[in-house]
Amino acid sequence: MGDISLKSRDCIGLADFSAEEIRYILNTAKDMKNKLHQDVKKFDILRGKSIVTLFYEPSTRTRTSFELAGKYLGADVVNITSSSSSIVKGESLRDTLYTISAMNVDAIVMRHKAEGAAAYAAKVVDPVIINAGDGAHAHPSQGLLNLFTIEEHKGKLAGLKVAIIGDILHSRVARSDIAAMTKMGIELHLAGPKTLMPRFLEEQGIFVHDRIEDAIKDADVIEVLRIQLERMKGGLFPTTREYARIFGLNADRLKLAKDDVLVLHPGPMNKGWEISNEVAYSLNSAIQEEVENGVAVRMALYTLLLTGGENK
Amino acid sequence: MKTVFKNGRIIDPKNNMDKISDILVENGKIIRIAENIEESDAETIDATNKIVAPGLIDMHTHFREPGQEAKEDFLSGSKAAVAGGFTRIATMPNTNPAVDTAALVRSLKERADEVAKAHIEIIGAVTKGQKGEELAELLDMTEAGAIAFSDDGHYIDNAKILLNALDYLSITDKIIISHAEITELVEGGAMNEGKVSAKLGLAGRPSVAEDIAVMRDIMLAEYANARIHIAHISSKNAVNIVREAKARGVKVTAEVTPQHLTMTEDTVDFTDSSTKINPPLRTAEDRDALLAGLKDGAIDMIVTDHSPHAPEEKDREYIYAPSGFPGLETSLGVLLTDLYHTNKMDIKDIIERMTAAPAKIFNIDAGELSVGSVADITLIDPNFEWVVDEKKFYTRGSHSPFVGRKLTGKAALTMVEGKVVMKDGKVL
Repeated sequence: MGDISLKSRDCIGLADFSAEEIRYILNTAKDMKNKLHQDVKKFDILRGKSIVTLFYEPSTRTRTSFELAGKYLGADVVNITSSSSSIVKGESLRDTLYTISAMNVDAIVMRHKAEGAAAYAAKVVDPVIINAGDGAHAHPSQGLLNLFTIEEHKGKLAGLKVAIIGDILHSRVARSDIAAMTKMGIELHLAGPKTLMPRFLEEQGIFVHDRIEDAIKDADVIEVLRIQLERMKGGLFPTTREYARIFGLNADRLKLAKDDVLVLHPGPMNKGWEISNEVAYSLNSAIQEEVENGVAVRMALYTLLLTGGENK
Repeated sequence: MKTVFKNGRIIDPKNNMDKISDILVENGKIIRIAENIEESDAETIDATNKIVAPGLIDMHTHFREPGQEAKEDFLSGSKAAVAGGFTRIATMPNTNPAVDTAALVRSLKERADEVAKAHIEIIGAVTKGQKGEELAELLDMTEAGAIAFSDDGHYIDNAKILLNALDYLSITDKIIISHAEITELVEGGAMNEGKVSAKLGLAGRPSVAEDIAVMRDIMLAEYANARIHIAHISSKNAVNIVREAKARGVKVTAEVTPQHLTMTEDTVDFTDSSTKINPPLRTAEDRDALLAGLKDGAIDMIVTDHSPHAPEEKDREYIYAPSGFPGLETSLGVLLTDLYHTNKMDIKDIIERMTAAPAKIFNIDAGELSVGSVADITLIDPNFEWVVDEKKFYTRGSHSPFVGRKLTGKAALTMVEGKVVMKDGKVL
């Protein structure tokens, strides 16, 4: 890893990172997880650094995770949400970014409804931009924490069979998984209602199935994606009842996968719809662990992007 | 006042003329076309190594008057037109308010007479407020001088309304221009639905939305025995549908833009809204089918779909930015560079689709270099090399995807009714 430096890089999507760079981030995240388990979770790796989280969409876990990750490492973190800022007064994204940037911040963590918003921000201002989700495009830290959690349990990434179930079409998590997992040698199998599956996806070297049973068969990992009620209103599927029956992950279906299958969900869950209560809280589930790993991965991202890791 | 174009290659597709000759213009008309015209009292324009063409016509522009003059107005838009070699343009009615009454048509024509550098034709709305619900006063607008009718920007969702409009207009020679994309299939879509949208996560506007819309409108026109014109056609299937309809005698015509002829979805960069247009840039297969259609006659003419927006409106998140960019000042250069200099299309055919073809479809007395006709003339330097620079645009619009491109070929001089209104890139 000696030659790799991610210092001053933006993190827009995992498609922009090589397998070696992703490996470097995951290894750093291991150190960070150890730090998280120390009695006094306060370090000075990011002392003197300032981070702004700029969230145009509601979020609990991602925003809090980015905030705590920064604070544990000694950075000053300020949170801006669209409802409590000049954004409601109609300020353009460019001007909001200029304003934040003028306060000499080192990083802006951004979540936005529009695909490409984080990449746009990276073009417009100097601070390191970390994409915390841009529309249906990418959510790189979630992709990384998925990899981290999988590797923690399986001891490897290459050669694993991972199934992603649900609304692939609108999912930035799925796109980040596709970008990163294929790069790390994982075999990806996707399934969900055809109405929630993007057309023209096959070209990216992944397997698309009509039935969830075919996707999860012998899987090492199953990631279940959140289903949104507004998709039902848009006519993309008829009822949550039918969705749960045909596409939901329940204990019966789980038997099709490997015995030690790992179950992931980026949250928040709709239990009883896309995932049964039983599965969500089963021994196979790493859903809560993912939240902790999310903090470690974000600590690693900050460290590598803001300091290059030399203070480690 | 007399002007002589000396020693130019005169290309007039309407009269099937392509020869080196001189043209004498006097009192706004073409008086003589002959070799070695010597008129001592005439101003001489040296057209050596240049093409003397009929003034270019663009039947699809948005000049934003009334209501959105920060994007463009008749003066800035017509300056952009003559800078690009166009002597006549038509404006679409999706203004604020929409151009849906004779009073508005008349006031815009007056405004054009007052300020415009080029001839401006007014396209009226098919339905009141372009809402697609009730017919606008189409016959009143026809008498006021509207050149055609369109709800451009919107598809007329209600088939009965379009059928009524086709029937109702049949006592005139005016035609309806259809922006053909099924509304519910493209709602929220920002680019072509395809491999690039799948990767970027942007919602798509599938080509099937255009195919179905084109098919429906053609079937309605066929049923009503009326004419229909398909705006900015962009998909391969739609081209085939138009071609087949023409073969069985349907009175359908179609237009295509330089951007759809030369760019694809692969150009889309979701941090820069310049490529966001409706219908969207499609695949290489579609692009190639458009060129084939333009050559074999399935597609009749070329338009710019000049759609300027204020820079601050375009400089934002891709999905929130408005669609369209200004095309008048780049159209000819792009076509000459990408079609003529690459030997994909004959220069005479390119000029035909920008002059005689639109004049014929819209029944306009223009687009030719006949003795006695109005002296709307574009002098083209086919080998002039230049780089597209937004700072030099006359339009108020920005965010052209052609910015930075090195082009070969440009209008060197534009003459409207015998008066030189642009020379060497400068609007006079």
